[in-house]
Amino acid sequence: MRVGVVVFPGSNCDHDTYHVLKHVCGQDARFVWHKDDDLAGLDAVVLPGGFSYGDYLRTGAIARFSPVMRAVAAFAKRGGPVLGICNGFQILQEAGLLPGAMLRNRRVKFLSQPVHVRVERDDTIATAGLTRGSVLTMPIAHGEGNFFLPEADLDSLEGEGQVVFRYTTRDGRVTDESNFNGSCRSIAGLCNRERNVVGLMPHPERAAEPELGSADGRLVFDALVRALQAA
Amino acid sequence: MARARVYVTLKRSVFDPQGKTIQEALVSLGYRAVADVRQGKFFEIAVDGVDAAAVKPLVEEIAHRVLANPVIESYRVEVEG
Repeated sequence: MRVGVVVFPGSNCDHDTYHVLKHVCGQDARFVWHKDDDLAGLDAVVLPGGFSYGDYLRTGAIARFSPVMRAVAAFAKRGGPVLGICNGFQILQEAGLLPGAMLRNRRVKFLSQPVHVRVERDDTIATAGLTRGSVLTMPIAHGEGNFFLPEADLDSLEGEGQVVFRYTTRDGRVTDESNFNGSCRSIAGLCNRERNVVGLMPHPERAAEPELGSADGRLVFDALVRALQAA
Repeated sequence: MARARVYVTLKRSVFDPQGKTIQEALVSLGYRAVADVRQGKFFEIAVDGVDAAAVKPLVEEIAHRVLANPVIESYRVEVEG
């Protein structure tokens, strides 16, 4: 499977993501420069975490105008799997490929810590074959991860089954304390209606080997491989 | 050269963590009368080589497409003169 890892100026999780895809999961990973507008030959695209263009205006606000994003939008429209991690998630929101926007964390601080997220769907490109209700431990590292969508839109998001991950306790309970950044309905990750575009705030690439304290993140990349094999 | 000002603020219905933190800080500094603070962004934009009538539509487009995120923010454009 050929997976492109998009590199924006300011991406800083691109090499970690590449490493996991290539050396942990054994896939044909390659970097895609943000000025490339051709994704031909790729089976999936990952937008990694970081601080694209410094996030000076808003997170992801400038990156979404990169030439590669026109290609990503067309790729997604054709049903191609697109996974956005942290800043990559924010870019997908700014590009209108995923709903909502990220506010500053509710207590304003940048949060860098392990969190527990519950798998809500087993039919997306990032959770295919995972057990619904299972809990993954992965780190978050963001200042703007406070997911916001107006109430009525949240209802339709839930109705369409687009919530993929929720912040919970270790045993999978949604509580106010486990919702570190204050996200609406504890949402940590979501997908489009077609299930082929997924964004999540936690970093699976930073928890994909036992040496890193958790290998749960690998399950997300394995799911991506599984989804492609099934397609 | 025309000058335009763009004010970008979070919509009233959207919680503003920075504004809330500043409001609490002001109260703790003794400004007990401060009931609410909303933080936003302010842009001053100089526009050159465009007809006077076209300045506002141009800056409105920039505000809508780039400076503000319509999901959470609203904006107001003022053109000088």
